[in-house]
Amino acid sequence: MATDIQTSPDKSSSERTALIRAGLRRRHLNEQIFRGLGIAAIAIALGFVALLFADVFRKGIPAFVQSNVHLSVTFDAEVIDVGPAPARGDFASDAEYTAASLKWQRDLALLNWNTIVEASLRKAAPEGFEIDSRQIQSIPETNARHQIREMFVRDPSLLGQTVEVDVLASANAANWIKGNINRDLGDAQQQLSPPARQLIDIFVENGTISNGFAWSIFTNVDSRAAPASAGLLGAFVGTLWMMLIVVVLAVPIGVAAAIYLEEFAPKSRLTDLIEVNINNLAAVPSIVFGLLGAAVFINWFHLPISAPLVGGLVLTLMTLPTIIIATRGALMGVSPALRQAALGMGASKTQMVFHHVLPVTFPSILTATILGVAHALGETAPLLLIGMKAFVASVPATPLDQAAALPVQIYLWQGNENRNFFEPRTAAAIMVLLAVMILLNGVAIYLRSRLEKRA
Amino acid sequence: MDMLAGKVKKTSLNVDSAMNPTDVLERPIRLTARDVTVHYGAKQALHGISIDIPDRAVTAFIGPSGCGKSTFLRCINRMNDTIEGAKVGGTIKLDGEDIYAPALDVVELRARIGMVFQKPNPFPKSIYDNVAYGPRIHGLARNKADLDEIVVSSLRKAGLFEEVKDRLQEPGTGLSGGQQQRLCIARAIAVGPEVILMDEPCSALDPIATAVIEELIDELRENYTIVIVTHSMQQAARVSQRTAFFHLGNLIEQGPTEDIFTNPVNKQTQDYIMGRIG
Repeated sequence: MATDIQTSPDKSSSERTALIRAGLRRRHLNEQIFRGLGIAAIAIALGFVALLFADVFRKGIPAFVQSNVHLSVTFDAEVIDVGPAPARGDFASDAEYTAASLKWQRDLALLNWNTIVEASLRKAAPEGFEIDSRQIQSIPETNARHQIREMFVRDPSLLGQTVEVDVLASANAANWIKGNINRDLGDAQQQLSPPARQLIDIFVENGTISNGFAWSIFTNVDSRAAPASAGLLGAFVGTLWMMLIVVVLAVPIGVAAAIYLEEFAPKSRLTDLIEVNINNLAAVPSIVFGLLGAAVFINWFHLPISAPLVGGLVLTLMTLPTIIIATRGALMGVSPALRQAALGMGASKTQMVFHHVLPVTFPSILTATILGVAHALGETAPLLLIGMKAFVASVPATPLDQAAALPVQIYLWQGNENRNFFEPRTAAAIMVLLAVMILLNGVAIYLRSRLEKRA
Repeated sequence: MDMLAGKVKKTSLNVDSAMNPTDVLERPIRLTARDVTVHYGAKQALHGISIDIPDRAVTAFIGPSGCGKSTFLRCINRMNDTIEGAKVGGTIKLDGEDIYAPALDVVELRARIGMVFQKPNPFPKSIYDNVAYGPRIHGLARNKADLDEIVVSSLRKAGLFEEVKDRLQEPGTGLSGGQQQRLCIARAIAVGPEVILMDEPCSALDPIATAVIEELIDELRENYTIVIVTHSMQQAARVSQRTAFFHLGNLIEQGPTEDIFTNPVNKQTQDYIMGRIG
């Protein structure tokens, strides 16, 4: 346009204005179209995210509600006939005392605690309600007897007394109460017998069963025998161990590698090759890292299967390229003026990097690191290959213990046979995982804005 | 100290009227360059520069853009080392010592030859830390009180102390452009260099800030050997005692500033001074 006008001086100024105006309409139209497309793209993206969240929340929120059965439990002396708990004073040595108290506990464990649970349930049921022993015991979760036994082990003076105890309703009972199961289905398709279903409804009505927030999701480990008590604590701690290992290993190694490559390494064919390979490594599918971990860490180094240590190492390998690339990008972005200022003052290269370049890039490196860790947090595929898909019903005390991980727990629950119960629980676990990620991202954003303000 | 600060404030530039140009030449020579060449890869940027730079005087390098004056300046404290593919030939001696000798430590060299850059580039730290940085890394202060004294006296010498004395802990980047440049000068002075290189120190500043810096340069030459690159001929005339004219990587002419501006020998120098090149 511009050259056109310049090269045609014969055109009058009104002609030129008309030409510009004609083009102007098209230019504005183009802008409108582009803006429209952009808004549509954002709307579609946000729509999908909203859909995902809505679905997960709709399914998951009910899982944060648990049904509790309030029972008056009588520690019947006729059932609990193992004699008094051994006291330290009666024995000559610690060893004898320990042996005696272990024997006492074993005797307790052999008792039929179900009769105590059943008796307290029958007490809560209406007079003369007909239900057999197996049916009535399908109402509380199977861990109720362990819970009551543990109470007695802790406090043997309960013998003969009656105390109020809350136990979890079984997964089947909870499904019935929440309406996860179609109540109109025939007896053959129901998990619970007709008298049990009837009694549950009575219990809900008379307040013996009530709903509360499901703290058990956060305080319990996974369970298959007592699905209603299954929680995320084990998987959460397993994930925590792995993240700790990733942070401790990937961050210093990644940042140091990036600093060396960017600031110190001579530009040669070798460093070019390394750079290309790091970029390629970032694109390697995560499952390949799992295979590598299984081959190297487990088969070769004989590290334990299913341990957070191995998971952490694999995730470290996976996160390294991300951190290196992000850190190099941040270092590259530092203005040459700052480097010159430092060098001009007689700072050595190391001093330049550590006194000036790193402090200004610190917020970016930190953000990249947190995002890299958040990415590793959600990674599932490599963990499956190093055996972390095993059912683990304990909290890993060290990174060498067997453990589950949050994303793997989701995968395991999703494949569980009791789908009516575990689908909401899976969604709840997804919510927890998302919450942890949003938290990490939030921390990254907060630290970044804070540090950048200070700089 | 107060006396010094007062002197900076004076308005007359006193361009060498009291000083006979030959006096400058008779001073001891601080820097000697012989046949200095610079290659950036295959491209030759400097073609054998030879020049003597006298002690405690301002030497100005002038010339059109791309003439090699900044390149040569950057040879003097070996800042060209940091540029990938730059190769420097010939010799440059500081007090008779070859600065490109393998045994010479470039960190020590840069402590002795300070540099002020075209664009003010204070560190994104406090004013105090900016000035204290050099003494800290070179271990020049024995204790905190020592360091405080160096910072204050450096800021005074740079004519900045009165303006910033109440906000030494505030970021140096919050100062105005001219103040930032004086902070950079204070930062360079704090190490106690023998030579200060200035690469177009006023090109990013407004005329008032420029005048302040020029006064300061005039003050500083009492104690420092100053080499200044400038594309303002007026500035060269105002602040320098000796001037060297560069063109296309060659040193065309050098001499007392007065001679260069009033009586240039070379035709190219004449053309440039008359505004016909550049």
